Amino acid sequence: MNVFADAVAWIFSPDRLTGALPLPEAIWTHLAFTFVAVLIAAAVAIPAGWAIGHTGRGREIAVALSGAARAVPSFGLVLLLVLVLGVTHKVAASVTAFVLLAIPPILAGAYAGVEAVERRVVDGARSVGMTGRQVLFKAEVPLGLPLLIGGLRSATLQVVATVTLAGYVGNWGLGFYIVQGIQIRDFSQILGAALLIVVLAVVLDALFAILQRVVVPRGVAAGRAPDDAPARRRRRLPDPTTA
Amino acid sequence: MRTTRRTALVATAATAVLALGACSGSDPLDGGSASSDAIVVGSQAYYSNEIIAEIYAQALEAEGFTVERNFSIGQRDAYMPALEDGEVQLFPEYTGNLLQFFDPDATATSPEDVYAALQEALPDGLTVLDQSSATDQDSYNVTESFATENDLTSIADLADLDVPLTLGGPAELEQRPYGPQGLKDVYGVDVSFVATGDTTVQDLVAGTVNVANVFSADPRIQTENLVTLEDPEGLFLASNVVPLVNADLADEIADVINPVSAALTPEGLVALNVQSTEEQRSSADIAADWLAENGLA
Repeated sequence: MNVFADAVAWIFSPDRLTGALPLPEAIWTHLAFTFVAVLIAAAVAIPAGWAIGHTGRGREIAVALSGAARAVPSFGLVLLLVLVLGVTHKVAASVTAFVLLAIPPILAGAYAGVEAVERRVVDGARSVGMTGRQVLFKAEVPLGLPLLIGGLRSATLQVVATVTLAGYVGNWGLGFYIVQGIQIRDFSQILGAALLIVVLAVVLDALFAILQRVVVPRGVAAGRAPDDAPARRRRRLPDPTTA
Repeated sequence: MRTTRRTALVATAATAVLALGACSGSDPLDGGSASSDAIVVGSQAYYSNEIIAEIYAQALEAEGFTVERNFSIGQRDAYMPALEDGEVQLFPEYTGNLLQFFDPDATATSPEDVYAALQEALPDGLTVLDQSSATDQDSYNVTESFATENDLTSIADLADLDVPLTLGGPAELEQRPYGPQGLKDVYGVDVSFVATGDTTVQDLVAGTVNVANVFSADPRIQTENLVTLEDPEGLFLASNVVPLVNADLADEIADVINPVSAALTPEGLVALNVQSTEEQRSSADIAADWLAENGLA
């Protein structure tokens, strides 16, 4: 048997249902950390991104801040926050670190989406008498949704992979098995847990791929032929994951 | 377009499977081996162990040996293959934990018995020099107030408690013979286990766990007023500091390392640790001072 088969055997062993962290609980806490972190990040970053995209103000600051935030090492941040907030707030400390990781891509997706809406559309919306708020919510936000979902997708992928670090500070997530496996030199355990994280990431990415298709406003989807001018223009838009 | 994509995917998957299949040996992370005439001294990723390794290294250097340092290799499961291969030739070890590693069913608990059993259990090519009187072993600790409230002096007292017990320690403690299963088998104590990683002592003090695995030479047992529970049934084996060496090298360096082990006392080891944790000194400085004080360099 090679390590790959051993890893699969590890995943499906009945021993996974007992112990300090049963496997279903590990998967559940892994997903819970991921969703909570992305939700909090979205609650902060989406309104901020929309405001930046709509007004055009603060773009430089947002780009600089989110660029800098990408360089923060999450592992160091988790341990630092645990020490700063104290061991009774380990969950809050790790979630905070993951939120900081998730904010940049969501922020970029939110403002890039709003900014990418054609000026003619915005002017049109204004000329039929929409207020600034109506322009934002009836024209810019729906048209910017695909890019926003792209930002959420990229944030979720980064967070689901990084939640592994929660295993360093407590019985949470699939990272627990990796941290333990490294110390007891159990390669099937390490690989088994890593494979499950890959599966979670692939499943979440597939869900977002579907969502990204669904949220394209019906008018936009219907009015756009496969290779007309707006479509070409769209390809040159800034990629929310690197903006 | 779609066909190319699918071909690329299949190719990637095939490569991954081949790569995984190729490392079906014992250790897929095995690195290359070092080759030089220098004596390679290793240490665990544990500050106290690194200080002792540094003492060995400097003592050897003072006698004219060339030494290469390969410190912070990790835990036993990680570095033992390197020792068995001869990549690392000298390593500060702990008799009990080392014995349990090679012989999980070992019954010896006293320092002498453990040392004797260890010499039997070691694989060919590895041997130990004289053991030191200094010990640094796993121990279960509670806070002073928890001990007073519940009248605790021994691990056995935990069995009578009505309070739900939570044991904190590094993640791998869950799988160790003296972990939750050992507590239940030897003392009939039921605990739930929480991995507390590097913050075990802080967790104990904060109350997120009420029993914690702390090394007996940890200065915080004194500074944080922890009570180390006695272990009458010998759940933990005596674990004295002992130099683990490559058998080919043992005779050559015994005259240098044995006096070091003789000079290292339990109190001395705690004092060395205090210099690291409280005074933030480097292991090289601590080792140099200690050797000078003891007239060994």
